[in-house]
Amino acid sequence: MRRLGQTLLMIAMLVAGTTVASAHPHVWVKSASELVYAADGTITGVRHSWTFDDMFSAYALQGIETKTKGVYTREELAPLAQTNVESLKEFGFFTFAKADGRKQRFVQPVDYYLEYKDAALVLHFLLPFKTPFKTQQLSLEIFDPSYFVDFQLQEKEPIKLVGAPAACAIAIERPTDGAASAKKLGEDNFLDGSNANFGAMFANKITVNCP
Amino acid sequence: MRRYGLAAGQTWVMLGAVVIAALWIGDAAWHATLAQNPFGAPRAVPDQQIGGIIGWLLAKQSEFYRAMSATIRAAKSDGSAVWTLLGISFAYGVFHAAGPGHGKAVISSYLVANEETARRGIVLSFASALAQALVAVLIVGIGAWLLNVTAKTMCGAERGIEIVSYALIAAFGAGLVWSKGGGFFRAIRNASAKPAPQLTPAMAAPADRHGETAHAHDHDHHGHAHAFTHEHRHATHEHHDHHHHGHHHHDEHCGHSHGPEPGELAGPGGWARGIGAVLTVGIRPCSGAILVLVFALAQGLFWAGVAATFVMGLGTAITVAAIATLAVSAKGLARRMAAGREGGGALAMRGLEFAAAGLLLLLGVGLLLGYVATERVTCF
Repeated sequence: MRRLGQTLLMIAMLVAGTTVASAHPHVWVKSASELVYAADGTITGVRHSWTFDDMFSAYALQGIETKTKGVYTREELAPLAQTNVESLKEFGFFTFAKADGRKQRFVQPVDYYLEYKDAALVLHFLLPFKTPFKTQQLSLEIFDPSYFVDFQLQEKEPIKLVGAPAACAIAIERPTDGAASAKKLGEDNFLDGSNANFGAMFANKITVNCP
Repeated sequence: MRRYGLAAGQTWVMLGAVVIAALWIGDAAWHATLAQNPFGAPRAVPDQQIGGIIGWLLAKQSEFYRAMSATIRAAKSDGSAVWTLLGISFAYGVFHAAGPGHGKAVISSYLVANEETARRGIVLSFASALAQALVAVLIVGIGAWLLNVTAKTMCGAERGIEIVSYALIAAFGAGLVWSKGGGFFRAIRNASAKPAPQLTPAMAAPADRHGETAHAHDHDHHGHAHAFTHEHRHATHEHHDHHHHGHHHHDEHCGHSHGPEPGELAGPGGWARGIGAVLTVGIRPCSGAILVLVFALAQGLFWAGVAATFVMGLGTAITVAAIATLAVSAKGLARRMAAGREGGGALAMRGLEFAAAGLLLLLGVGLLLGYVATERVTCF
């Protein structure tokens, strides 16, 4: 009885185990951002520059007509940039902000455009906060919870403060992989290996303290 | 009395298995929900799955996947890099399939729900993986190469295919639930209604069973699977079975007959059934293959991408076949254990098949409604 039960359980787990939603990253993004302050010290938005990996860049550029082969102007890329920001909305722009522990919402991105350099697409966009706010501590996370997209903060100055009070200090937490098998693949690749559902463990966390 | 204890015990085991399966799906759904509402995402929640085998598999997949674009680039100037590309693609396929995904779920649920042979499991795995590769090549070949559509258009097509594939999974699961449900509920009735089996001829409660279930038997016989028919009580009642053959045609399919005969199962009708599984799995290409193909096309090496995709499919097939064989063997083991157990054992087997069918239906519906997420289509 027990052995039969165990066998049945094993089968159930075998079958059920194969249904767990999971993925490994298919898109890699190197992120550089600016935190935009108004003159009075309120934070108004986040400006991102995201550089995609070459495979995704080639995929995204498929079928886009250009005057000169291999050269993509900002105008030629405008429809794609439009698609990008529209699609990103579904994922909350992979950007999660909290002011003193309270989450802050964004509105539609503005000033968005794509540029193509070194065989990679770079998406620029400004993400305005729904309500600009002042805060002592802002935390900003950039990640894909489903880990389809692997975000890495740019090595140098992944965040800049634009117009912030002088006393503000930045702390950056890069993800450390929980998996013992983690391997460093490229100089910027910290995130190799993970569980898809736990993208949060691989979040890039930026904290800005303004006393 | 002992028999009742057994049946009850096994019912609990089955219930447990179903609950575990449900939790598993629920867990995936929960994460999918969080994924859509990342503000609610817990941070640094320890998870057993992290690290360990799955973590390692995912790490390997990422590694191979990333290596592909560099290798395709290299192949532009150095033809020999194509061999490296094929090697990497094969490894990626093997590892990719070892991780969770809908293909394995459909194949293994199908195999457990039905009375299948390992050989059929292997053939189905290869057929579905190759179908998957073919669909990927067709999408990119027609969409990107011939028509030069944009990624947005292609991903729209992929999304359409995705919905069809989820609907197919749900329909396939519903079909199995329909055909397995009869067997399961009959087994429940048999297990609970019958007194000590050693004293009971097979036809002990004929009015009840025949009266109510004849129609269902008939349907099952022609539609799906002899699958749930085959094992319990045969040792004691074989002769009986034959005796009644003429009068109660359908009885053969209600628990009185012999063990499955491979020839019968692998017959033409049997293969036709398997095509459903192949289509269900094969119609949805994997996102990775599409990206690799488009990238190869952009590098002017479409053929290398096509070769890589098929080799990837081969790798996938090997892993899925291994999982399929495991599923079939585990079920065979359970069947042998259940064989000596009279009604309770049969109940457990019918319950297992029913649960596998139900799981498939739940998976299909979950995918359709977005409660369960699989590999995302690349649409940014």
